[in-house]
Amino acid sequence: MAEPALSIRGLTKVYGNGFHALKGIDLDVAEGDFYALLGPNGAGKSTTLGVVCSLVQKTAGQVSIFGIDIDRDFARAKYHLGVVPQEFNFNQFEKVIDIVLAQAGYYGMSRREALPRAEELLRDLGLWDKRNGSARMLSGGMKRRLMIARALMHRPRLLILDEPTAGVDIELRRSMWEYMRRINRDEGTTIILTTHYLEEAESLCRNVGIINHGEIIRNTSVRDLLAELDTETFLLDLAHPIEAAPEVAGFEVSRVDAAQLAVVVHRGQRLNDVFEALSAQGLEVMSMRNRANRLEEMFVSMVEQGNSDKAAAEAAEARA
Amino acid sequence: MNPTQIAIALWTLVHKEVKRFTRIWPQTLLPPSITMTMYFIIFGNLIGSRIGEMDGYSYMDFIVPGLIMMAVITNTYSNVASSFFSNKFQRSIEEMMVSPMPNWVILTGFVLGGMARGLGVGLIVTGVSLFFTRLEVAHPFLTVFVVVLTAALFAIGGFINALLGKKFDDISIVPTFVLTPLTYLGGVFYSISLLPAFWQGVSMLNPILYMVNVFRYGFLGVSDIPVGWALAAILAFITVLFAVALWMLEHGKGIRS
Repeated sequence: MAEPALSIRGLTKVYGNGFHALKGIDLDVAEGDFYALLGPNGAGKSTTLGVVCSLVQKTAGQVSIFGIDIDRDFARAKYHLGVVPQEFNFNQFEKVIDIVLAQAGYYGMSRREALPRAEELLRDLGLWDKRNGSARMLSGGMKRRLMIARALMHRPRLLILDEPTAGVDIELRRSMWEYMRRINRDEGTTIILTTHYLEEAESLCRNVGIINHGEIIRNTSVRDLLAELDTETFLLDLAHPIEAAPEVAGFEVSRVDAAQLAVVVHRGQRLNDVFEALSAQGLEVMSMRNRANRLEEMFVSMVEQGNSDKAAAEAAEARA
Repeated sequence: MNPTQIAIALWTLVHKEVKRFTRIWPQTLLPPSITMTMYFIIFGNLIGSRIGEMDGYSYMDFIVPGLIMMAVITNTYSNVASSFFSNKFQRSIEEMMVSPMPNWVILTGFVLGGMARGLGVGLIVTGVSLFFTRLEVAHPFLTVFVVVLTAALFAIGGFINALLGKKFDDISIVPTFVLTPLTYLGGVFYSISLLPAFWQGVSMLNPILYMVNVFRYGFLGVSDIPVGWALAAILAFITVLFAVALWMLEHGKGIRS
């Protein structure tokens, strides 16, 4: 059986101030996977990836990249790894071409080998025309693409993207998605991404891990996760304003504002029943949409459940 | 990494460092040249002509080696300290940390980059000094050897300073409050034989005195202290500081959370 692209066992990180960022997490990401690591701010996503990339020192646990234990031969493991961090981390005063060529040099790639690779990547990512300009003159989206080009210079088998499309406009985000899909599909690059845009994870990823309070609370496929979703909330725009939410038997209906209702529909319930009930009460629905994307609803409910469990555990501990 | 890959990585880093300080030459190469020219004019020419001889040489000839060494020390130190700290500050150090480049290559790359600037400035200052005096070098090999060692030592010092620094102020404290006073009191402008016995003893605790004196010995053939001891001390300092800097890098001090 092929070694997983990333294998994490019992990973623990305690910062100097005593904060337990990671509480012994286990995680496997198969080769060729497109994997999303989700979690609220401060959950431990970036710390996990920071350990994998050697930017954060772990307190305990084991991390292997394609079967190479980072404690034994981190240098060899790093050859397989490309990293696109959350924050811009290049010298803003350097030229675009110099940034990608320097990165290739750090991996021991000769200039003769690096130049065509740099041209290929910068062209693919729409930065070739900017190659001789200073990096600080690039737009935010271009800077993100520059970090992707830089991370791919040495042809890594595992690409880690920490919120790669944060602050990027919709059109550019879609083109970056397409590029990531392409390298995952055509080059077999395993991709792990963290994101706050759950639509991104739903659209791109096959598997997903949800981390909260330094623990992996779910690790499954996106399809299975969505199959578990048993409620969806729809927003209905009404033709005429209302004073109070109407009663609809079997459904939770609430008034968002004078012209909008929120209806919670459980698995197996018929949306037609809602429309019929509203029509019977003389209410006309003009349009309808999901309150959030499906994965987002699932994510929010899991995180909220995790938070309330933690609060309960802390309260019990305080009582003891 | 195999030896060829290591050589490429090291060359990449050194090339990048040299490109950095040459790109901003009005901030890195020009100011020390102007400052040292002022020293030559004011101390060497105007005041020096009234001082007369020092250790049997004209005052200008006496201060030239010390001023060259002062330029090398301050520029080497500040180049590595500011460059590495900027990399930390902008987080571009992460480019190197995620790569398979060994830590000793990172350290050596920054040290060589800093030495390139320090020795480059030293050459410029030497060139400027030729407008004021006719330089003769009594021991050329020793002169080059000691200035290269000194540059290496202070480059490593600047690296450690940058590793420990948390804000930009932290990398200017050592040059301002430690290096400059030690350099001025290190026999750049006077022979310690002029000092009372007590202050001669105190001066012997100043490591920069040894470097300045050995360097001056290379030019003039005269020194206040034994040359062999001085070289041994410099080599010992380099070894210890390199080991300390490497240990700090390996343990992520100042760069890993």
